[in-house]
Amino acid sequence: MRPSDLALITHAHADHARRGATRYIAARDSVPILRQRLGEDQHIDAVDYGEPIPLGDTTVSFHSAGHVLGSAQIRVARDGEVWVASGDFKRDDDPTCAPFEVVPCDVFITEATFALPVYRWPSASEVAREILDWWQANQRAGRPSVLFCYAFGKAQRVLAELAPLTQQAVYVHGAVQTITELYRAAGVSMLETLPVDGRERRDYAGELVIAPPGAAGSRWMRRFKGAQTGFCSGWMRVRGNRRRRGYDRGFVLSDHADWPSLLATIEDTGASRVLTTHGHSDTLVRLLRERGVDAAELDIGPLEGDEDVADAAVH
Amino acid sequence: MQRFTELYRTLDQTTSTNAKVAAMVEYFEAAPGADQAWAVYFLSGRRLRRLVGASLLRQWLAESSELPEWLVEQTYASVGDLAETIALLLADRVVPDPFASRGLADFVEGDLLTLRGLEHDHARRERVTGWWQTLPYDACHLVNKLMTGALRVGVSQTLVATALAQVSGLPRPVILHRLMGEWTPDAAFAAALLAEDDGAAVLSRPYPYCLASPIERRPGELSIDEVAEQLGDVADWQAEWKWDGIRGQLIRRQSQTFLWSRGEELITGQFPEIAKAAEALPDGTVLDGEVLAWQDGAPMPFSALQRRIGRKKPGAKTLADYPVILRCYDLLEVGGVDVREQPLALRRAQLESLAATFPDRLHLSEVLEATRWSALAEQRQDSRERAVEGLMLKHRESHYGTGRKRGLWWKWKIEPHTVDAVMLYAQPGHGRRANLYTDYTFAVWDGELLVPIAKAYSGLDNQEIDELDRWIRRNTRERFGPVRSVEPVQVFELAFEAIARSTRHKSGIAVRFPRIRRWRKELAPAEADTLASLEALLP
Ligand SMILES: [Zn+2]
Ligand SMILES: [Zn+2]
Repeated sequence: MRPSDLALITHAHADHARRGATRYIAARDSVPILRQRLGEDQHIDAVDYGEPIPLGDTTVSFHSAGHVLGSAQIRVARDGEVWVASGDFKRDDDPTCAPFEVVPCDVFITEATFALPVYRWPSASEVAREILDWWQANQRAGRPSVLFCYAFGKAQRVLAELAPLTQQAVYVHGAVQTITELYRAAGVSMLETLPVDGRERRDYAGELVIAPPGAAGSRWMRRFKGAQTGFCSGWMRVRGNRRRRGYDRGFVLSDHADWPSLLATIEDTGASRVLTTHGHSDTLVRLLRERGVDAAELDIGPLEGDEDVADAAVH
Repeated sequence: MQRFTELYRTLDQTTSTNAKVAAMVEYFEAAPGADQAWAVYFLSGRRLRRLVGASLLRQWLAESSELPEWLVEQTYASVGDLAETIALLLADRVVPDPFASRGLADFVEGDLLTLRGLEHDHARRERVTGWWQTLPYDACHLVNKLMTGALRVGVSQTLVATALAQVSGLPRPVILHRLMGEWTPDAAFAAALLAEDDGAAVLSRPYPYCLASPIERRPGELSIDEVAEQLGDVADWQAEWKWDGIRGQLIRRQSQTFLWSRGEELITGQFPEIAKAAEALPDGTVLDGEVLAWQDGAPMPFSALQRRIGRKKPGAKTLADYPVILRCYDLLEVGGVDVREQPLALRRAQLESLAATFPDRLHLSEVLEATRWSALAEQRQDSRERAVEGLMLKHRESHYGTGRKRGLWWKWKIEPHTVDAVMLYAQPGHGRRANLYTDYTFAVWDGELLVPIAKAYSGLDNQEIDELDRWIRRNTRERFGPVRSVEPVQVFELAFEAIARSTRHKSGIAVRFPRIRRWRKELAPAEADTLASLEALLP
């Protein structure tokens, strides 16, 4: 992102929100997290989903994207023409954020992180079951279960999906705890979380620990003796991605649209022109063109998203 | 199939060796003989001879998935494994497994191997796509794996043998020996594998190889003092040159000859001159040595041997141009008796007396005499001139071990050559690295031009691979299919073992075993090496 006077923010992931603007506009639920990430001193205006904002000769509005808490698509209308930038989005149920809203438009700028037909998500509640089974099996074997999740979004979704299934508290890394507290303040109900205390010497046998992927292989991990490790990500759909990193288990849980959702959403918007960003942009463009849709890759420079690169570093 | 599918899943879902062995033990204890045999066959990395060509499978996949062929190809390239791609695209429904109650052997022999007997492709297609449409994900993935290649589920032959040793109560080396060579996976084999005594040794069966560990420290090499401290008295060690050929085991039993490679492939036919020479050996003799292309009393470059490896039946000209010998360094069987438990000094004495009658193409590997480590180190300096890789050090009291037992055999290799080269191209890896750019082409300066000299795909750690992958995506100049040309700015130090002239490469040179030593972020591309500096290393 180039420095500018005004920035419209789809959500607070690092590849979509950077410092350097004099003023930001973001969806209301996104603001506390944005402040935590960009700094308390930033000028951020909160808007409600659907609230029209006149900007020059355009009208701008924010619409729920279903990606993470406060995530938004941005609609821009001028002289009867409507553009929508999806930001990151998904269509699956998620107890931690408002569902995706279909916004009819002429031009749709879509993400394409998982634009390959192998990426199809199982239901999140099914995956939560698998996580619980894994945790309980490790508990019986007297081992800790360390589950790697992106600290913002994925970790909270896991804690919320597990909530109806168990009452047990979950230990979390400091980076996860900070964001989880902001989610709780927004009214999201999740399992109780306990901090992994740096000084305390305790035994984590049988406990579930949620940590960002960057903690894998670090000194911090040494306290979890005999731990089984798992990773929650859409990339875990493909076995090689998991094995390369040496995780014991991969859980297929993504906050991005899978292949069927991408195609369905493009159709739902009724857009006559589609621009793609992130991931397998070129694949999606080629397929859309073969189906007679006017599509092109949008070159917005290098982007490294939360799941754009398999096993990307935490943010 | 349910039990084997579950075993596969359990093995795949843990990185713990103990858990893997426990899962295999559980399977072997419950499975009938024929299933045991097939499980050993697949788990130890063996694969069925081709049943259906990969391009046919891809075509059927495109038809079944109703996706355009280019998209199937792109998806396959990203997943890196055809068996998995098929299951991911087609077998996603939660359905009961129709093969659940069938045994592994029953399925393999009844449904898989019989694919070969079907006369028409459409009959094969019907059966195979029928599996794709009816099997649940795990079973579909597994069946495709069995059909297309090796299982690759993170267990080695040694690990399988560990489990079988637990099941049978036999020592692991006995199991490993029984698994060597060629065998038929059936109930009789499984019974013999786990029996107290498997009767007469199979005629062609080779012994498991004794492997050497590198004596080194990363980075850099040990000083003479450190070597002396680590290994003790030089008099306890037998030193030999480390040859750069193909490890081979030559068996002469009951007037028949078998030459095995390290990969347990029978290569007798590729090297008829060695097979002929073996006729002079007494029955019940097994030799361990190195196949080398050899002329005028010296080894030829490895490329000469490569000309021979690919030829199942070499012609007269090939035989004349690239003659081979077996450089023998150990004796494993004498008069039909396994002597691997005898100390090396004793085996060596018998080898030497046998070598007195060696015909032309069998050579005795010489022992280097030295009374001090420094004297050995001096001889080691001549390695490059002699076209060897350094020294082998074997403890004189050591038995012939199974696999890599630290402390019995050491390889004390010479330091490799190094060169600073610029990255020109990158392409995705295979299997678990299919999503990442991990195969690179490197170049050095020839005047104003960068000429490619080597491809390398190993040497970086996971973090560096990720970092480089991101850099490549952001600094692509052009794409040629899966290959990307990148901005020529990243410099890497490459190590390689040998260098030779080559007419097949644009640079005019070929390097052996190139690998990345380190990413030299501090160097500008102009500081990379020149072709002239590489040519100066030519022998
Ligand atoms: Zn995001
Ligand atoms: Zn993103």
